[in-house]
Amino acid sequence: MGACTMHLRNLLLLVMILGLCQLASAQSPTYGLGKTPTTEEIRAWDIAISPDGKELPQGGGTAKEGAPLYAQKCASCHGATGSGGRAPELIRSESTTPAPGKQPPCLSPCIRGANVMAIHSPYATTIWDYINRGMPFGKEGSLKPNEVYALTAFLLYKNGVIPEDQVVDAQSLPQIKMPNRDGYVLPEWKHGMPRPFPNKP
Amino acid sequence: MDSKKASRRKFLKGGAAAAAVGAIQSASGQTPALVKSSLKDEVAYGERSHYVTSVRVPVLERPSPDEFGLTFHVLTPLQDSVGIITPSSLHFVGTHRGAIVPDIDPREYRFLLHGMVDRPLEFTLEELKRFPSVSRIHFIECLGNRAKPEHKTVQQTTGLTSCSEWTGVPLSLLLKEVGVQKGVSWVVSEGSEEVKGAGSIPLAKAMDDCLVAYGQNGEPLRPQNGFPVRLIVPGFEGIYNTKWLRRMKVADRYYMTYNDYGHISNDPKVAALTFQWGPKSVITFPSGGQKLPGRGVYQITGLAWSGGGAVRKVEISTDGGHTWKDAEIRGEVHRMAHTRFGMNWKWEGQECVVMSRCTDELGQVQPTRAQVAKVFNVPPDYYHNHGVQGSDNTIVPWRVATDGSVYNALA
Repeated sequence: MGACTMHLRNLLLLVMILGLCQLASAQSPTYGLGKTPTTEEIRAWDIAISPDGKELPQGGGTAKEGAPLYAQKCASCHGATGSGGRAPELIRSESTTPAPGKQPPCLSPCIRGANVMAIHSPYATTIWDYINRGMPFGKEGSLKPNEVYALTAFLLYKNGVIPEDQVVDAQSLPQIKMPNRDGYVLPEWKHGMPRPFPNKP
Repeated sequence: MDSKKASRRKFLKGGAAAAAVGAIQSASGQTPALVKSSLKDEVAYGERSHYVTSVRVPVLERPSPDEFGLTFHVLTPLQDSVGIITPSSLHFVGTHRGAIVPDIDPREYRFLLHGMVDRPLEFTLEELKRFPSVSRIHFIECLGNRAKPEHKTVQQTTGLTSCSEWTGVPLSLLLKEVGVQKGVSWVVSEGSEEVKGAGSIPLAKAMDDCLVAYGQNGEPLRPQNGFPVRLIVPGFEGIYNTKWLRRMKVADRYYMTYNDYGHISNDPKVAALTFQWGPKSVITFPSGGQKLPGRGVYQITGLAWSGGGAVRKVEISTDGGHTWKDAEIRGEVHRMAHTRFGMNWKWEGQECVVMSRCTDELGQVQPTRAQVAKVFNVPPDYYHNHGVQGSDNTIVPWRVATDGSVYNALA
C-alpha cells in the first residue's frame, strides 16, 4: 500500500514536470495581462505600410486625379509648383535647383542636390504611408485611400519617376522602381558591438 | 567640535524662531526677504528659486514654435548642469517633423503590440504598471547634436542630449508575453502625435535592453517627453526613442518609414556610424560664453557618455590636445548614461584651448574631427562647412582668451 502511494506520487510529480516543460516550450503568457484585440481592431490601428505593400487598402489613382487635389490640399504650404513654399520641397525642377556650392544641406545621399521624398526614398510605399499618416497638416488622417494614391502618383509623376497616366494602386505601388532604390545600406547591430572606427587617440 | 555643533544647533533654533515671526537671520547677518510663492508652490508642487534662470532655447537653425506652431528642436542648458540627471523641465525636445504635444488622457491610453506574434495584446497604462518594472539612468541624444563653428555655447554645440532615470517595463518581457514568431528581424514603433512618427529598430536591440517607459526622474513622463508612455532604446539615436508610444509592430523587414528614410545612407561606412552613439564628451565649464573672473583655481568639469556602454575613462587637455591627463569620474557610472567628470585646474591667465576625450567600456575612443576626416578621405578643414558623417561624436574644443572669456575653438 505504502509503496503503491509512493509510486503514484512519483508518477504525479513526473506528470507535473512534463506539464511544466510543455508550458515553457509553448511560451504561454506569464502574466495574463492585456486584452486580445480583434482582427478588425488591429486593422484599424495598423497604418504602417511595408515596402511590399501588404497593408495597402483597395483603391487607386493617377497623377491627373492628383493635380487638383494637390492644388486644393497641399499647395498652400508646399508651394503651387511643389517648391518654394513654407513646408519642405516636394517637387524638384531644374529651375529650383540651386547653383553648385549654394545647395542647402540635405540628407545623404544627396541626389540631384535634393532631399525630396520621391527622389530620396528607396520605396514608393514610404510616400503613401507618410501622406496617409501625416498629411495634410492639421487634418491628418482625413484623406481617403483614393486621394492618397492620386497624390502619391502626382508627386511621382512630377519628379519624373512614373508616366502621367500610370494607375497607382496596391499592386503597382510597391513595384515602382524608385531612383534611389539601391541607395541605402542597413546598419547591423549586435550587443556589445563597437563602431567600425579606428580607436586610437 | 561639540561646542561647534551646539552653537550650530542654537543658531538653527534661533533661525526657526525668527522664521515664525517672518524673518530669517542669514549667516552674514543680513535679513533676506521671504520667497514670494503661491500655496501651490509651497505645498503642492515646488518651483525652483527665482534666482535660477537656466532655460532651454531653440536650435540656432530653426525657431520653435515655427510658423506652423510646431516645436522643433529645443536645447538643454548643459552649461548650468551639475551631476548627471537633467531636470525633466530642461530635457531637450526633438521631433523629426516638429510636433504639437498631444494631450493624452492616461485613462484612455492604449498600447498595441502585434504583427508576427502568437498573441497580439493591447494594454492599458494600468496594465503596463502591473508588470515588473525597472528603473535605469540613460541619456537620449538626437542625431542632430553636432557642433558647428557658428555655435557660441555648449548648449548650442551639444544641447540635444539629456539624461534621466527612466522607469518602465522591459520591452523584452512584453515581447515574450506576446510570443515573437520565427523570421522576425525588426520592430516598428509608432507615436500618437499628429504625424504618428514611426521608426524601425532591430529585434536584437528590442530584446536587449529597451524599456516601455512611463516614469521619468521619479514621476510620470513630461508631455514633451512622451506622456504617458515612450520607448527607451538605450544608446541609440534619439529618434528611435518613440514618444507617446501607441503601437509596436513585430515584422520580418525594415519598414522604411518617414523617420527611417531620413536616416539612411548609401555609404556602408556612414551607415555603420548610425544607430548606436559612439563615445562622446564635452566640457561644460569653462565653455563658450562663460568667463573666468580671474587667475586661480577652477574645476574643469563636463559630461561623458557612450551608446556602447559605460564610460571607462575621460581625459582632459588644456593645451589644445598636445598633452592629456586623466580626469576624475565624479559620481556614479551607469551604462549609456551621462557621466560627470572633473579636474582641478589652475589658470595662470594664458590663452589656452581645453577639450575632453572619452573612452568607453568597448575601448572606443572619442575622435577629433581631423581623425574622422582621415577616415572619410576629406581635407582636415572639411567639417567647417559640412556635417560629420554619421552621428557626430567628435571632440569640442573651447578657447580661453587672456581676459578669461571662453569661445568655441571650432570657429
